[in-house]
Amino acid sequence: MTGPRRFLFVTGVITLCAWILVPIYLIALGSFGGRPAVFKWPKDWLPWNASLDAMLLFLRIEGVWNAAINSVIAAGLTMIFSILLGAPAGYALARFDFRGANAFRLLVLLTRAFPLAILALPLTVIFIKLGLYDTPFGVSLVHTALALPFAALVTASLFVGIPRELEEAAWVFGCTRWQAFTKVVLPLALPGVAAAAIFAFVISWNEVFAASVLTVRERTLTAYLLTVLSESPLHYRFAGGFILIVPSVLFIFAVRKYLFAMWGVSSK
Amino acid sequence: MTQSRWLPYALIAPAMVFLGIFFIVPLVQTIMLSFQGGSGFGLENYSKMVGDLNFGLAIKNTFLLVLTVIPLQVGLALAMGMMLQKMTAGRDVVLWIWTIPLGVSDLAAGLVWLALLQNTGYINSMLFAMGLIEGPTPWLNSETPVTLFVAVVLAEVWRATAIVLVILVGGLQLIPKEFGEAAEIFGAKPWTRFTRITLPLLKPSLQSALILRTVLAFEVFAVVYALGGRNFPVLVGEAYVWQRENQNYGVAAAYAVLVMIISLAATIFWLRALRTKPEAQA
Repeated sequence: MTGPRRFLFVTGVITLCAWILVPIYLIALGSFGGRPAVFKWPKDWLPWNASLDAMLLFLRIEGVWNAAINSVIAAGLTMIFSILLGAPAGYALARFDFRGANAFRLLVLLTRAFPLAILALPLTVIFIKLGLYDTPFGVSLVHTALALPFAALVTASLFVGIPRELEEAAWVFGCTRWQAFTKVVLPLALPGVAAAAIFAFVISWNEVFAASVLTVRERTLTAYLLTVLSESPLHYRFAGGFILIVPSVLFIFAVRKYLFAMWGVSSK
Repeated sequence: MTQSRWLPYALIAPAMVFLGIFFIVPLVQTIMLSFQGGSGFGLENYSKMVGDLNFGLAIKNTFLLVLTVIPLQVGLALAMGMMLQKMTAGRDVVLWIWTIPLGVSDLAAGLVWLALLQNTGYINSMLFAMGLIEGPTPWLNSETPVTLFVAVVLAEVWRATAIVLVILVGGLQLIPKEFGEAAEIFGAKPWTRFTRITLPLLKPSLQSALILRTVLAFEVFAVVYALGGRNFPVLVGEAYVWQRENQNYGVAAAYAVLVMIISLAATIFWLRALRTKPEAQA
């Protein structure tokens, strides 16, 4: 590319980067500026009046801290469950040719054609009976149903990428199947499995509908924000939004290498 | 090895059982629940749903949103994907920035755009500085349905284009460079190369992106609530209201079934519309 065309191209790329970044910067301004920043007219575009106080004030509101902890617990459990259940399934899909493999694949793909979170509606009744209603554990079970199909498909594509011969060589040298898996395959797959785990965490951290339907007092952060939305002042809403965004952005940075394994055609 | 006969089944069993309990069972239950009314088994919930004032609006709003947002997202993601193909320096950084919204929840995205679009927000400040408005102007209440709609579209395009982008970039990387180079030698212009080579070979990725996005788009809910509260009814939002505020699980379930049927229909539509013959795949 030369001259004006190159200029146009670079401008386009920069504009699209700004389209993503500027709104995040502005909600950060809104959440660190507190009440005065929200009603300031016209707005300051630079953080002259930003301070940590506004954010700390938000965190000290009754329920916020508890909701944040619940979110972390639910997301952590989702992460553990979806890997513990999903990774073995992924390994089976990658390494074995067995009857029913296609049926399982179909089930996993079918979950994508359904609005899964809505299925939390009938679960409230059973959860109340079982004592799971209004607990982060109950929320994490529904979130695992959301994250598990991804975990299975991602780990399957990871294990496909690790040559079967490495494992077979380990068997030849006297390793059992389990030893070969833990000593040879697992170390190679670990970064990818970690990425899948982080992704499960983000799915749960961000989910709104099921979390709102399944909790009353022990709300997750998204459920808490949704219910107080109409009565809370704007700067608190912005602070809440900003806190929701920060961990996800960091996580996406951590897993950026694996994004394509997760969403590429290979996982179709 | 005899072990390998039962081992795969043992490995998939936990996941299978879990999905059975938390996917198939609630699915059946939702359908049952939607047919159970005060006077026994029947269509009572459905007639209540259809008779509700917000029902028509929710249908109209949801479909309008999907039909506006999806083409914008696919167009934008294609443009971004082609830009990334041409990029050499800084590609990784740009790709990271463009995929940040992948981790942003719909609720957070709604709140981000609320910060920009509220009465004394940043967009109004900018319009004020350009002399286009005279003071703080509301865009997001029930008297401004058009701008509220535009706001939801902006927030949805901002947030969920990234997922389409990632799927399409994954697909673009699978297309052999030689195809484009050969076409170039035969004198095909960039636009011809794009429509005749890139797009057809991208069909499988386009298909999975469209299925995923359409299903999620019909679930739109938190973005709308963050921006306009109850001023802009959508299907899943109505399900939430019936369950939470009216404590009527039956009508909520009827909404859920409706959303499922629409999602399933959309999936089948994309599977047929973008069918690829096995031998035509890259």
